[in-house]
Amino acid sequence: MILGIDVGGTHTDAVIIDDFEIKKTAKVLTNHENLIETFQEVTETILGDENIDDLDRIVLSTTMSTNAIVQGKVNKVGMILASGPGLAPSMLKINEHTHFLSGYVNHRGIKIAETDYNEVSSISQRLKDVGIRHVGIVGKFSTRNPELETHIADMINTDFEHLSFGHRMSGNLNFPRRVATTYLNAAIWNTYRAFVEDVLKFVETIKASIPIYILKADGGTSDINQSAKYPVGTILSGPAASIMGILSLSNFTEDAIALDIGGTTTDIAIFAEGVPLLEPFGVTIEGHKTLTRGLRSKSIGVGGDSKVSYDNGSIVIGPERAGPAAAFGGPYPTPTDAMIILGLTDIGDKQMAEIAVGTIADKMGVSVPEAAQTIFDLSCRKIADAVNEMIEEINNKPVYTIHEILEGKKISPEALFVVGGPAKPMASRLGDLLGCPSHIPDHSEVANAIGAALARTTTEITLLADTEKKTMTIVEEGIQQEISPQFEREEGLNICRERLRERALKMGAQEEDMEMEIIEDQTFNMVRGYYTTGKNIRLKAQIKPGLIAGYRKEASI
Amino acid sequence: MTNKLRKTGLIFFPAFDWAISPTHPEREERLLYTQDQVFEEGLLDFDNIIEYKPGMATVDDINRIHICVPDASSVTTESHLISAGGAITAADKVLQGEVDNAFALVRPPGHHSMMVVHGARGFCNVNIEAIMVEYIRHTYGPKRVAIIDTDCHHGDGTQDIYWHDPDTLYISIHQDGRTLYPGSGFPDEFGGPNALGATVNIPLPPKTSEEGFLYVLDNLIMPILDDFKPDLIVNSAGQDNHYTDPITDMRFTAQGYAILNDRLSPDIAVLEGGYSVETALPYINVGIILAMAGIDYSYVTEPDYDPQAIRQSPELTQYIEKEVELIHDLWNNREAQKASMKKNSEFISRTKNIYYDTDGIHEEQTETIRVCDDCGGLLTIDSRANFMDRIFAVIIPRGSCSMCRKKGEEIFNTTEQRPFKHVYFQDRERDVFHVK
Ligand SMILES: [Zn+2]
Ligand SMILES: [Zn+2]
Repeated sequence: MILGIDVGGTHTDAVIIDDFEIKKTAKVLTNHENLIETFQEVTETILGDENIDDLDRIVLSTTMSTNAIVQGKVNKVGMILASGPGLAPSMLKINEHTHFLSGYVNHRGIKIAETDYNEVSSISQRLKDVGIRHVGIVGKFSTRNPELETHIADMINTDFEHLSFGHRMSGNLNFPRRVATTYLNAAIWNTYRAFVEDVLKFVETIKASIPIYILKADGGTSDINQSAKYPVGTILSGPAASIMGILSLSNFTEDAIALDIGGTTTDIAIFAEGVPLLEPFGVTIEGHKTLTRGLRSKSIGVGGDSKVSYDNGSIVIGPERAGPAAAFGGPYPTPTDAMIILGLTDIGDKQMAEIAVGTIADKMGVSVPEAAQTIFDLSCRKIADAVNEMIEEINNKPVYTIHEILEGKKISPEALFVVGGPAKPMASRLGDLLGCPSHIPDHSEVANAIGAALARTTTEITLLADTEKKTMTIVEEGIQQEISPQFEREEGLNICRERLRERALKMGAQEEDMEMEIIEDQTFNMVRGYYTTGKNIRLKAQIKPGLIAGYRKEASI
Repeated sequence: MTNKLRKTGLIFFPAFDWAISPTHPEREERLLYTQDQVFEEGLLDFDNIIEYKPGMATVDDINRIHICVPDASSVTTESHLISAGGAITAADKVLQGEVDNAFALVRPPGHHSMMVVHGARGFCNVNIEAIMVEYIRHTYGPKRVAIIDTDCHHGDGTQDIYWHDPDTLYISIHQDGRTLYPGSGFPDEFGGPNALGATVNIPLPPKTSEEGFLYVLDNLIMPILDDFKPDLIVNSAGQDNHYTDPITDMRFTAQGYAILNDRLSPDIAVLEGGYSVETALPYINVGIILAMAGIDYSYVTEPDYDPQAIRQSPELTQYIEKEVELIHDLWNNREAQKASMKKNSEFISRTKNIYYDTDGIHEEQTETIRVCDDCGGLLTIDSRANFMDRIFAVIIPRGSCSMCRKKGEEIFNTTEQRPFKHVYFQDRERDVFHVK
């Protein structure tokens, strides 16, 4: 038995899944001031008189980290950056406590300039003087050689409560994103850990030693204790829960589009052969572009409650929501009102909807149903256009080999899945516009909680071997070791798989869920003068986002 | 620097699965560390830097400017079509106004490819800039184009292609041909009779540093551009003038390249050579991208950058100042010289011996231009490779006058195929290409 919980903006949903069937669902209001209370309430509601001994795991998708960032409930963070040549420091400064120091590692991970002890200790002193307890240390190319960061840490680690290292955030390159990710990790450190402690304490009171998982932005889960080591991995799990929910409710293996149409926005996600796509670099939160792995989604300001107005001879939909639909006493006409008038849905007060849409109809000089039709058509078209734009973006993704230019796979969706309030009235029109059959999964009202409950543990590992330099790094694990000049790609692949497996197990993965995939596999001959001096081997492996083993569509969810 | 943000298109195509041979400078690894540096600096996250996937050039695009023997598909592979296609994508984005400028960071290069192509020379099969420029004229109408070639090697291919074109100014700044491949590019190579002055060669002595390059830019290239008034500036952005380049002997730097780009402000830049893959290219390319986008590049330097250590000597500075004066005089007198060259001739011929170092081919070529005041002039080429394959080509220039056209059509119609392997007819004005 699995308990899945999704803490959403308005409601918190819970679902109990037993032998891959939904046994029970529950819904409570989210109390953003005290998420732990919401968590307790929904858990107690749904568990009721269930036999606790049957509970195998709890999976939680929470807005804890996201809220902390959005609401600015963050630690004061000191940032120590070894930025070397490149972008101007003024462009890298993330807050007033950002300090730059010398020391540089180049693209091959070769240390070009050392850090200066005096410089480090004077920065440390200045940070302590302003009461800073949390520090982020980030070096350019630290994913190629983490030594510089750890060396700085060795000089100051007794001075602070916690140090966040840039190289542990991701194996990917992108210094400004590494800075932002490390900063956020340090910023939400205390808030998130306190939350984890509360969750653990509460669960203890129900049943000791039950595994608790947290949903991450990449649609995978992580053991809650592991997640506390890198809180930044838990930001923006909401869209991921929704995408995994649609996947679990409709289990398919072709290219597909998923839409979550809410009151204010519509979230779009794309699946390639049944696997949700990841953001190329990482997710963006509150203007911070990060290296945190996340499912690719796009949000547009069109939803059931979008404010509809008539401006300069044309209808404008959204992007803001000014209240509920007029049919529910809202101040402006909305797409929902149009759908009510057109008889596509049977909710709210139709007369109030007609009055509101009537104001638009008057300005347009048409009948109320005609105005409603125009509003409905335009809403659907705006969503369809955004979907097509996103697919085009994905299909035009730059590639760097001739093979990929000639043979590159293109997404061509064969199914459309729609969840959210206006799903029923809008789905078939959207399917027509997008040229694929539309489906509305059952139980979509608790899709997010189901998605969390059924998501598998995901993780990623990056191996870099430079046989001229005779070193291998797996930066996510902080590994840097000597290798022989004869080190081969095959050996690297084996190490990669083994380390990935260990890492996933540590994060709480089950053996049967180890769906590994090599996502980067490049070997370059390094030539200096006219002679081959070594090999530069670049490997990346992941457990890809997906559902836990044993889950089948036949199971009648 | 100018400090004005510009929208810059980046067409990055490192061709990680293509090499001339495993240890050749033009190999898979060439742009590997450039990619690392561009990614690590997060350049693709800037709102005003937009990456595009390269398109593929077509045989028609090549036939618009080259005479390929026996045909375009035989002398190119996909890599060349993508490289030229990347340049074309850059041009499209700029000419359609989607971006303010664009950089085609692509390989393999093209500036040693001449009008007639029997094979590869100087790592080049087809001339990607020329293919791009003719695509631009074909698609967006006639344009006066200035190509500034900042590769360390003389771009003898581009020079050959535009030798008779008064609407294309080709300026090459390079290491003195007496000390480096291909051995050409002296100031007296100044363009054909109908286009004298539209080719400007600025050879620089070995060990020229930032000071020298920027002096030439400010005191010669910029004034010439002011006179020529191009619609479009293209930078043939070779990067082998760098002080760590393994096959040249200059002392230019990443900062220097960035400043040069900032001041030149090209509409389109296209990568050419540059083989210091680890210690130069990553920094130069980041510098060029930032400069084009109008973002502060003042911190972009090589980790071991020491301007004092690579400074040019005062004698060298004097030499360059003198040369700049000499070439500037040549430029100012170009019209008079052109008139005297054209006097009393209807046809002027020149004979060339061309060596294709990459493919080991010898070509003998006689090129004949019709002296004309009304257009670039009818051109015919009689070429033989390795004393065997002989071809003949008739080329009608863009904007041709009726006389040049009439004569050209006549020559093509009356030339028997024998003894030639092929006879080609390239009509640039009407975009027609025939072979017999
Ligand atoms: Zn060159
Ligand atoms: Zn003429």
